[in-house]
Amino acid sequence: MSQTIKLTLNIWRQAGPNASGQFQKFHRDAVSKDASFLEALDEINEELIQKGEEPIAFDHDCREGICGMCGMVINGMPHGPRTLTTTCQLHMREFKDGAEVWVEPWRATAFPVIKDLAVDRSAFDQIIQAGGYISINTGSPGDANEIPIPKAVADLSMDAATCIGCGACVAACPNASAMLFTSAKATHLGVLPQGQAERLSRARAMVETMETAGFGGCTNHGECEAACPKGISVDYIARLNRDYLKAVVVSQTT
Amino acid sequence: MELHSNAPTGPIETAWDRHRFEMKLVNPANKRKFTVIVVGTGLAGASAAATMGELGYNVKAFCFQDSARRAHSIAAQGGINAAKNYQGDGDSIYRLFYDTVKGGDFRSRERNVYRLAQVSVSIIDQAVAQGVPFAREYGGLLANRSFGGAQVSRTFYARGQTGQQLLLGAYQALARQVGLGQVELHERTEMLELILVDGRARGVITRNLKTGQIDTHTADAVVLATGGYGNVYFLSTNAKGSNGSAAWRAHRKGALFANPCYTQIHPTCLPVHGEGQSKLTLMSESLRNDGRVWVPKNAADVTKRPQDIPEADRDYYLERKYPAFGNLVPRDIAARNAKDVCDEGRGVGYPPEREAVYLDFADAINRLGQHTIEERYGNLFEMYERITDEDPYKTPMKIYPAVHYTMGGLWVDYNLQSNIPGLFVAGEANFSDHGANRLGASALMQGLADGYFVLPYTIGNYLARAGRDLAKTPVAEDHADARSAKAEAEGRLKAFLDNPGSHGPDHFHRRLGKLMWEYVGMARDKAGLQKAIEEIPKLREEFHAKVRVPGSGASFNQTLEKANRVADFMELGELMARDALAREESAGGHFRVEYQTEEGEARRNDDDFAHVAAWEWTGKGNTPTRHVEDLDFEYVKLSQRSYK
Ligand code: FES
Repeated sequence: MSQTIKLTLNIWRQAGPNASGQFQKFHRDAVSKDASFLEALDEINEELIQKGEEPIAFDHDCREGICGMCGMVINGMPHGPRTLTTTCQLHMREFKDGAEVWVEPWRATAFPVIKDLAVDRSAFDQIIQAGGYISINTGSPGDANEIPIPKAVADLSMDAATCIGCGACVAACPNASAMLFTSAKATHLGVLPQGQAERLSRARAMVETMETAGFGGCTNHGECEAACPKGISVDYIARLNRDYLKAVVVSQTT
Repeated sequence: MELHSNAPTGPIETAWDRHRFEMKLVNPANKRKFTVIVVGTGLAGASAAATMGELGYNVKAFCFQDSARRAHSIAAQGGINAAKNYQGDGDSIYRLFYDTVKGGDFRSRERNVYRLAQVSVSIIDQAVAQGVPFAREYGGLLANRSFGGAQVSRTFYARGQTGQQLLLGAYQALARQVGLGQVELHERTEMLELILVDGRARGVITRNLKTGQIDTHTADAVVLATGGYGNVYFLSTNAKGSNGSAAWRAHRKGALFANPCYTQIHPTCLPVHGEGQSKLTLMSESLRNDGRVWVPKNAADVTKRPQDIPEADRDYYLERKYPAFGNLVPRDIAARNAKDVCDEGRGVGYPPEREAVYLDFADAINRLGQHTIEERYGNLFEMYERITDEDPYKTPMKIYPAVHYTMGGLWVDYNLQSNIPGLFVAGEANFSDHGANRLGASALMQGLADGYFVLPYTIGNYLARAGRDLAKTPVAEDHADARSAKAEAEGRLKAFLDNPGSHGPDHFHRRLGKLMWEYVGMARDKAGLQKAIEEIPKLREEFHAKVRVPGSGASFNQTLEKANRVADFMELGELMARDALAREESAGGHFRVEYQTEEGEARRNDDDFAHVAAWEWTGKGNTPTRHVEDLDFEYVKLSQRSYK
């Protein structure tokens, strides 16, 4: 049998985007330490449903830390207390017996609440739609081994490409900036030879879309990197800033 | 009903080329007049939607997740096969074709598989051009590894996140088309019904999951790329939202469902921790390249710590029984052997079931150094540690098989068109290329092959030929058939909301999963399958009588979404059992205890079952009809698989 702990969970409830919200308290007597955070919520939800009450709405899908769909602020920290961990991979053994836990949605102007802990992150998609790609149609682009790419470059690109688009960086940032997310995509594509042609235009299109989508600017707090479940580095932000400035200068001189 | 594969005849090597040449083309100026709906934005759906958008069609794409980037393809870890032969180790298109047919236990269509092997090469070129950061050697060229049962290194990978990177490539291509206005993308939107007009697929009814709004979308062709139905088992490696509803709705409208019993049980997943478990986590089987599978020789040792069990008391049972392939035997064999040793009482998992075996990296770490192992599997080891609180660098992993992939799906012809004209099915949602068992690293290949390189041609051909008929019968949102489809969907949801009920949908889903795992799981027999066919309808009735869905339909209501999906699983599960009962042989992912060799391996019956079973819905409460498409093997010689 797995061991259990007692917990008091204060969970944000909000009926809809324009409703006002408040915390609801749940006393839990026996939460399995081997359960994931979301499994602990599942249990509460089944009880709520049996009572005819609406269960807590929260987003999730893969439950293995890769799809980026889950995300809530737990005790003030996006995805909770364990570093490099998504909410779905957080286990109840991280909490002390008898602890009080506060659970809230991502809070950012660009991520309006849909219901309870679920927020609308489509602003991230808009950033990618503005330029987060390499413009190439399906066809015959030439043999994959035609352009050798130094391993170190491919590795750097891959490091940046591991971003799961969960939005924890935005939730952690005092300005609710999306620079970590945006710079990860810019770096993933921008260091590869295939991504060179559009490097500057991509940087500019994505940054400008980020601003119009309601995200704040970056003032180098670095909270985003600390909150990121995939360890995306703030160094990418500097890289994106350089490309963005270059793009602006180029467009002014041509 | 006669089923025609519509595959070209003649030499297999040039079949696809000839077929494409014989296709009619849509005049470039006319493409934008055609609307194509794509449901699902995983590898198959996103690549199809992006490519059709690039070609100039008017595309509408739908996904239930909050972003197209989250589709479950993202969770594939290991890699993608392609017959590039970059390693010069004897690979070729023909060999990949041969291995896939053989690995599928001779239950797939040769010509489909040959085409898959052919276009595999283009997928890698396309992905690299999109910026997919595959692993590379120090010389800058692409790295390969061998994977699950293959004796050549043909698998391309991006650390342990190959699915993620390929999906991001397809998602970015799709995002580009959305930005350009070629694709209209509807996130958090689920398909509820298929619209049929004059026997053709002409659109879908959807529900906006955010607002609850139910809409009608009409089109000239519909693509379902909605993934597999492994979540019938409740516990599987599928994402929580993965469901069979789109396919099932099409089935109830007349689309045949092929080989539903073929389920792939993945040998390397994390064992179950307890009752509240909500899903199972896969550990990529690339781990079997360096990890050695074992259990104690003596059942008395199962409670000992693994490090206290001396070498002489360990049973490396895969290496012992299959010396040529060792730990790399195909998935079904690895899975069944794990079940066998646990049934013998030698499992090492959580009590009381103790269902787990060790996957040990000690030798590999000694031989290659921790650094190399970390580079190969770092993220997987980390994931393992996070979930189990044990460090696999120091103590062997515990693994156990779990439902992972479904080879069955909607029946399609060579053009990936179902028996309903205008309804195309791609990726895991169709039954096509994997036969009774899918090889490792072939799911990503098939999804992208279908979406990038097959559908854009075959849908074009359909529209070019049917264009005149389609234009003659424009279908507006208020068309009688669209309205009745909408009313049907609304009625279903209302029934859930009005039901007084006592338990949430998960309660019933878990019970369905237990029935399925017990009787339609890794090893099946006649009595068990008959029991499942008896029990599932009872549970289904109880579900409809007692499921409780609080809240309203006109808002974000996840319980309603779930109830609607579970209702379909309750019907699909029964069909799986019926198919498994009717298939009196063992083949790949379908193991019937009554049909095995003396060595305990699957025994096929090629005389009676070298065919596809395609089931027709005959109405609620009626027994479905089983149709048959015979499979011809002109190139690959039927043989008993032997991995000894
Ligand atoms: S649910 Fe997919 S990352 Fe958490």
